[in-house]
This record gives sequence, structure tokens and C-alpha cells, in this order.
Amino acid sequence: MTVLETKNLGIDFGGLHAVSELNLKIEQGMLYGLIGPNGAGKTTVFNILTGVYKPTFGTFYLNGENLTGLSPIEINKKGIARTFQNIRLFGNMTVEQNVMVALHNEFNCNLFESIFRLPRHFKVEKQMHKKATELLEVFGLSKEKDVLACNLPYGKQRKLEIARALATNPKLLLLDEPAAGMNPNETAELMDNIRFIRDNFNMTILLIEHDMKLVSGICDELTVLNFGTLLASGKTTEVLNNPEVITAYLGE
Amino acid sequence: MKSFANFFKTKKTLINVIFAVLLYVLLFLSFNKSLPLEFLNLSRTNQSLAIKMSYYIILAVSLNMVVGFLGELSLGHAGFFAIGAYSGCLIAKLLVSMGIPSVPAFFISCIIGGLAAALGGFLISSSILRLSGDYLAIVTLAFGEVIRSFSKIIPGLGGTIGLMDIPGFSSRTVEFTCSFILVVITLAVFKNITNSTHGRAVTAIRDNTIAAQSIGINVKAYKIKIFAISAFFAGVAGVLFGYYNNNIAPSYFTYNLSIEVLIMVVLGGIGSIKGSVIAAIVLTGIPDWLRNMGSNKFFNFIADQRMLVYSLVLIIMMLFTSAPAFINFRKKLFGNISNKFNFKNKNKKTAEEVA
Amino acid sequence: MEKLIPTLIDGLNLGSVYALVALGYTMVYGIAKMLNFAHGDVIMVGAYTLFVCITTLHLPLWLTFIIAILVCSVLGFIVEKLAYKPLRGSSPLAVLITAIGVSYLLQNLALLFANTKYGMDKQFFSSFLNLGSLKIGNVTISGVDFLIWITTAVIMVGMMLFIKKTKTGRAMLAVSEDKGAAQLMGVNVNKTISITFIIGSALAAIASILFAAKYQFVESTMGSLFGIKAFAAAVFGGIGSIPGAVIGGVIIGIIEAFSTAFLPGSVNAASDGFAFVILIIMLVLKPTGLLGKQTTEKV
Repeated sequence: MTVLETKNLGIDFGGLHAVSELNLKIEQGMLYGLIGPNGAGKTTVFNILTGVYKPTFGTFYLNGENLTGLSPIEINKKGIARTFQNIRLFGNMTVEQNVMVALHNEFNCNLFESIFRLPRHFKVEKQMHKKATELLEVFGLSKEKDVLACNLPYGKQRKLEIARALATNPKLLLLDEPAAGMNPNETAELMDNIRFIRDNFNMTILLIEHDMKLVSGICDELTVLNFGTLLASGKTTEVLNNPEVITAYLGE
Repeated sequence: MKSFANFFKTKKTLINVIFAVLLYVLLFLSFNKSLPLEFLNLSRTNQSLAIKMSYYIILAVSLNMVVGFLGELSLGHAGFFAIGAYSGCLIAKLLVSMGIPSVPAFFISCIIGGLAAALGGFLISSSILRLSGDYLAIVTLAFGEVIRSFSKIIPGLGGTIGLMDIPGFSSRTVEFTCSFILVVITLAVFKNITNSTHGRAVTAIRDNTIAAQSIGINVKAYKIKIFAISAFFAGVAGVLFGYYNNNIAPSYFTYNLSIEVLIMVVLGGIGSIKGSVIAAIVLTGIPDWLRNMGSNKFFNFIADQRMLVYSLVLIIMMLFTSAPAFINFRKKLFGNISNKFNFKNKNKKTAEEVA
Repeated sequence: MEKLIPTLIDGLNLGSVYALVALGYTMVYGIAKMLNFAHGDVIMVGAYTLFVCITTLHLPLWLTFIIAILVCSVLGFIVEKLAYKPLRGSSPLAVLITAIGVSYLLQNLALLFANTKYGMDKQFFSSFLNLGSLKIGNVTISGVDFLIWITTAVIMVGMMLFIKKTKTGRAMLAVSEDKGAAQLMGVNVNKTISITFIIGSALAAIASILFAAKYQFVESTMGSLFGIKAFAAAVFGGIGSIPGAVIGGVIIGIIEAFSTAFLPGSVNAASDGFAFVILIIMLVLKPTGLLGKQTTEKV
């Protein structure tokens, strides 16, 4: 089953083709890598897929449903969640609250019920608490659940961001350079975490990464972008041995 | 019955309820001059001051909801106060003339005045959603001025003289009881909002709007809701003001009032509900207390020039709490308490403590 | 119909003074990225300075003007150094609240001064600037009118040349684009922002001279309302754009003059209200203004 499909997706910024003619096809349960040199338009692709930017051309589909042009909020509700290259946690909230706040669409109670402390409010709080605890367990963050997110060490902030994205119950998870700034040990742990999520949450994951060890270690398939256009696409080992890709990375 | 049990589930709620009841009993006795020690009984001026403090508390706490909680600066709080006062007091006059006793009429008017103000808050916030920061502040300021100007020319509102003969309460104790109830409701509502999934959502929006959208939080809807609820309580305060003053006029609802309330919010600590309450009490009381301290020239000067003093205090407060140099200075002196001025975050620990 | 041209002249006068104040707003907002709430009150300080110099000290006019400009420039400089500079890098909310505090402080100081010195806040000038008048058909245009228009036009052109041609002007442009980058390129950001405040305040002083010459009164609160409308003019023209500020100012002035002249008396009590309605509509519909540019946050 195809989870994400893009058809001739492209975006212009004042005449500059930041991304053009992008065709991706990601199957259920796949770990898919999006790589390319700096400025190739990878994060722009994420911004299009999450509704931050509206594409100038083309369309994209999640499980066959056209999501082109929806707002970030609607797209998240349809089932795409993401992390950010420059971490965007809620710094003044605790680790647990960061995850709980992401659960608010799943466990729903209206403002009225909260103001008057109706039973539903307490039920929802309890459910959120339970699910947040489970998620934090997966990422080994249980011990830090009452720490303010801004006080977490860098590697754990990245993990918390993934946990928060997962809490929205996505069908597709977009990770923007999850290993950036991590040491080799943390990266290895992260790779385990990502595989665990894929297997246990039945998740499809699209990730941007510069760390080739991580990419070759866990990605099933890759797409290489260069100057906003598709350079190569296919099985990880094939793509990484493609002479054109090597040239793009290392220069002539 | 189950929800009642839930209500007392947390120990803290129970303590708060006991505290409110005790405070009420104490103040009630003090109003009736039945406390054993004479100085504990409130004088007539202080009784009147207590009512004034009540509507300032409601105003300050509701403004703090927008400024401290949502993180947007609103300079039009006087506008919502005015909408509530005019619509609520018109209804109250009508109800009392129909023979309804003044206390039920008061609470009905509070709801209607509050709803009218909330409608104003809804309209203004939904039209300025694209704006933020400085532009939003200017629009809310303009909104307050529009309300005040138009209240002079809308038929039925009494022009520049305003509404006269607004019903009052039969006694100071009744007036105090009603004010106390309104203050408690205001505090409870805001506490319940902040300590809920909605409170977390709004904090998330304030911390990082883009990330909040990425996890499906409807930023626009929350901004509108918080604005409307804040306006609702400003409107309720307006009705209380009308009942207290028996007269409302455009000259009461100036931009100065919005700034005065803002000063209370800043002084009490942006984001701190408790701080707003204390600041509202102190700043409302100070001019009167200073005047009553006898003919000390300095005290009289401060009482007369309170806006001058407030503006100085406001600048110094902002520099002290927000200037990077001052924050570093404070950290050196007292360690890391920079979060003291942010929204209360229970159970927070630093990473070192856990490890 | 015979009201049309005099109303237009009124609007141009008012609008030109707005334009000068809007220039100050647009420069400070464009370069220091803050809304200087106290900018309107600088006009008030300028007008009080004029009043004291003319009525109490009986100084020659040229010296009066120079003193007013100096007082305002120094005030702008001090306010920036004491209140705004320490807050650079903190939240916009903190800066805005501080600016409101400064505005309030100036107003209340002026009020205290006027009450102790003259016993009353609002004071009237005797007409201190008589430049004759020009009569075309039924329409009389006074010399002061001409002075206002010419001054505004000259200052607009002068400012545009200043930004384009001088080193300081280009430094201002650089700071407005990117403070950090400008600093790395050797621009002294603090000095540039100080200069911006000084120029903005000097323009406010000139506006206060023209205002006093035309409307002949001074009041502690005259600056706040005036300032807010001038800010609206700056937003309308597009924040950061010099011709935009002038066009915005003139348009707002003309709208205000026409609504005062042609609205029925019963609603005239709310004439400020109408100005603010226009402001709200403008900000809501076109927050980037006529000549402004759109910016979005980078994700």
C-alpha cells in the first residue's frame, strides 16, 4: 500500500525553482531517506508536505487522499507529523507536558468541560497521562518527565521532539535531520529507536539526514535531491553507489 | 455526585476552597464590624475600596490571560469593560424596573454584559488574527477608543453624561458578597483553564507557534477563545462597576484605564494570577491609604501623581525583569530564578537534579 | 461645494504634520524593529519647549526653533539609551510595555510641569508666525500652510537622499535588513540606532513647530492620539518606506479633515472614533501597507 505519493511537486520562490518535478512513492512501513547537499530543497519538501508552504505545482496524496493546499493543522490531523531541523520544543513546558499537549486532538474535551471540571476533563487528563508515560518510556525519557524541555540535553531534545510528533498518531512521520549534533553512541541509540517505532507503531518514516552511517544503516530506499531536482532514486545501496550522486556530494 | 468527588480529588483544590471560605467569613465579619478588635473592622472608605479592588482584580486577572498567558499585548481592555458596563447596566435597569430584585438582576446582567463584551472580543480577535505584536496592540488600543467615542453618540447611552440611576445593592455586605463571588469565579475559571489540556495548548502556542501548528493545535481558535473569555470577565467587571458607581459615562473608559490595568499585570508579574490579584489590591489601595496618612507632603505628592509614579515603576520593572543585562545580574546574585516570572510550572526540576 | 477646497487645504496641513511624525515612526520601526510608543509625546515636549521659550522667556524665534529641535533630539537619544537599549534582544512585549511606560512618564511629567508653572494643562500660543496669505478666488492659503507643505516635501526628499547617498544612511539600511550581518560588516549598530532616534526626534520637533504655528495650542496628551494616528499613517504607507510614510500621512490627514467637515454634528463627538475605525480597517486589510514588503518567519 502506498502511504505517500507526490506528483510533479514543485515550488517557486520569486522565480527560483526551490523544488521542481518531485515524484516520490513511499510504501507502508518503509524507512525512506531524502538526502542531498545543503540547499538542495530537502526541508522545503518537508515544509510543503506539512502545509507550511503551498506548492506552486503538483499534488501530494496520503493513503490516496489529496492533501495539497491544506493548512498545517489539517495536515497533522490527516496523519502527517514532523520534527524540525532546528529543534522547536515548548521550552517552558515539562517533558511530559510536551507530549501531553500533542495528544489533545486524540483525547478531546472542550473548554467548557475543563472550566467546570466535568468528569470528562479528569478522564481525558488520565488518558493523556497514561499514553504520554508509555511514549516517554519508549524513548527512555521517563526519568526526565518533570524537567523543563529547555533544560534537556541536546540529544534528548531531539528524541522528545520525535515522541511529541508520534503522540499525534501519524500515519507518516517526517524526521528532519534527527541525528544532527548527536555523538556516535546517541546516533546508534537513535537508529534503534527509529527501527523500534517503525516496527511497533507500524509507522512509515521519511527522513532527511546528512549522517551517511545512519542513512545506509536504516533506510530502505533513498531519493537524492540536488538544486531542487531529483538526482537519483531507488534502493539505498544502488543510490549510494551511483556516480552522479557521488559527484554531487564530493564535487567534480 | 461523581463529579463532586472529582472536584475534591486534588488536595490543592480543597485547600483553595477552604481558604476562600475562611477569607469570606473573615471579610464578612469585618464588613459587619463584628470582629473583636476594632482595627480589624473595615471603615466605610475601606469597604468601598474593597469593592473597587474587586473589579480591578477581575480586570487585571482577565487582562493577564491575554498578556501573560496568550502572550499578546492588548491595550483595549477598557473597551470590553465599557461594553459590559453599558449593556449590563441597561439590562439591570430594565430588569429592576420590571420588579426583579436587584441581586438576581445583577447576576443576569453580569452574564449578559459579559456575553456582550465576549462578542466584542470575538469580533476584534477574529479580525486581527493575521496580526501580532505591535500591530495587534495598536488595533486593540484603537478598538478601545472606538468603543469610548461611539458610546457618546449611540442613542440610549446618554451621550457624554452616560447612564444614570443604575440600580445598586441594598447594603455593603450584599455588595461585598456579590463581588467576592465574582472574583472567586474569575480566579477559578482562569485556574481551571490554565491547568488543563487547553492551558497546555495555549502555552505551546506562546512558546512556539509553528511547532504548535505542526501538532495540530488550532492556533486561531485558541486566540479567539482566550480573547473572548478575557473580554467576558472584563465585561462582568464593568457591570460590577456600574452597580458600585450607580453611574457610567464615556470618561470612565479611557485608554488610561487600560494602561492602569496593564501596570497591575506587569507589576504583579506577567503570567502570575496571584501577582495580578495582589497588584490590583495594592495599586487600588495606595492612593487612598497615602492620603489618609495625614498631611505628609511626600505621600500626598505620590497620591496625586500616581500615574507618574506608576509609569516610572513600569519602566524599572520591565528593565529589571526583561533586560538581558539585568537577568544575568540577577542570575549571578540569586542563581537561576529566571523562570519565576513565567507561567507557573509545577514540579519542574532541572536535568541535574534528576541525574 | 465651497467647503471642498478649504477642507482639502486643512487635510493637507494636518496630513503633512502626520507625515513628519510618521517618518520618525517608520525609521525607528524599520531600523530598531520597535514601536516607539513615546514618539508622539516627543512632539508634545517640543511644543511645550516652544511655548516656554516664546511665552515665558521671550526668545527670538530662530533660537526657539533650534532649542526645540535640540531638546527633542537629546530626549530621543536619552530615552533610547536608558530605556530601549538595555532591552535589545528581549521579547517585543517587554520593549512595547517599556515604551508605553516612557510615553506615560513624559505625559505626566509635562502635566506636572504645566500644572505647577501655569496652573493649567492646555495652553494657547499667541500666533507667533505670521507669513501673510495668498488669495486665489474665494480661497485663502496662508503662508503657514505653504511653509508646512514645503517643509514636509523638502524633508521627504532630503531623507531619501540621506539614506541613499550617505554612509550613515546606508548603515541604517544595513541594520534594518539584518542587525547581526551589519555588525559583522563593521557597522556600529548601537550608534546607527542612536542616530535613527535622534533624527526621528528632530523630525518630531519640526512637526511640533509646524503644529504649534498652525493650531496654536499645547497639551500634555496632544502627542498620544496624534502619535497613534501618525503610526497608522506609517503602517498605511508601508513600514520602512519614506515616501510611503508621507503618502500615508497625507491620506489620513485628508480623510480626517473631510470626516470632520462633512459628518453631521450629532456624530462629530465621535470623530476620533471614525479615525480609529479607519485605522483598524487599514491594519486588518493591509498590514503590509501600500509600499511595504511582506516577510514570513523561516521554518
